[in-house]
Amino acid sequence: MTLVAFFFYLFAVLCIASATMVIIARNPVHAVLFLILAFFNAAGLFVLLGAEFLAMLLIIVYVGAVAVLFLFVVMMLDVDFAELKAGFVKHATVGAIVGGIVLAELVLLFVARGFDLGIGGTLQAAAPAAQSGVHNTQALGQIIYTKYIFFFQTAGLILLVAMIGAIVLTLRHKQGVKRQSISAQVARNPATAIEVVNVPPGSAIIPSTEGSSS
Amino acid sequence: MEIGIAHYLTVAACLFTLGIFGIFLNRKNVIVILMSIELMLLAVNINLVAFSAFLGDLVGQVYALFVLTVAAAESAIGLAIIVVYFRNRGSIAVEDINMMKG
Repeated sequence: MTLVAFFFYLFAVLCIASATMVIIARNPVHAVLFLILAFFNAAGLFVLLGAEFLAMLLIIVYVGAVAVLFLFVVMMLDVDFAELKAGFVKHATVGAIVGGIVLAELVLLFVARGFDLGIGGTLQAAAPAAQSGVHNTQALGQIIYTKYIFFFQTAGLILLVAMIGAIVLTLRHKQGVKRQSISAQVARNPATAIEVVNVPPGSAIIPSTEGSSS
Repeated sequence: MEIGIAHYLTVAACLFTLGIFGIFLNRKNVIVILMSIELMLLAVNINLVAFSAFLGDLVGQVYALFVLTVAAAESAIGLAIIVVYFRNRGSIAVEDINMMKG
């Protein structure tokens, strides 16, 4: 077995095994950690396909941000997994039937066509890199910022909306904290803010106790 | 044995099926539902990148990049909703979420 085949089977089996453990784990932290393992193995599969930029992006963004966010939320919330797993057997049979049908349909797509789908049997990912001499990241950059610039900007907008949405949902102000009211500060006018005191010469200034409040 | 595209598509199909199965199994547990959705999106990404590699067209990887973006945004919002729900209710049993049902 060649090295590529060995690594493919290693990554594929580990990916599917950890995905199975995600959905049947009892402990939510274990489930998230198995999800992280599934992402790592999928990144390995991406590297085998020649998409190394996407593989690193998967690890940095998906594992480093999204999965860590999952871990934060799982550890913050007091989840009682035992009561949430009630009705396991009843749901499992229906789920297995539906899942089996989906899997059969998906696999039949290429079994019926003879396992090669009319596409070249060998990996063509190496070919573009060898011909033009650019590596994957450069080639992706050359088309994202020119041909697909609209989608790139839309993706940025989506992320902005998601960020604003998450902040709006979870932000809460503490009671009893003194904070500035900028509008009230800006709305001050000399009529209410300044008090003119007529001081006779030679006498002391007695400050008025009822000071004007802003 | 030569690793062809069918191998990668099989892996993606298995992951997708496991994601669907996970939603069926963990109907009450909204965090595992979110993780099953992430599994399904990962399966779609593997499909896209496999086709991109075997057809020599980089547009599959560009699309997978945007799927990744949207998946990250949707996870963030979903988890924010869960956090706020937990803050208001004290548990994440989402079958109680039908309080406004007429």
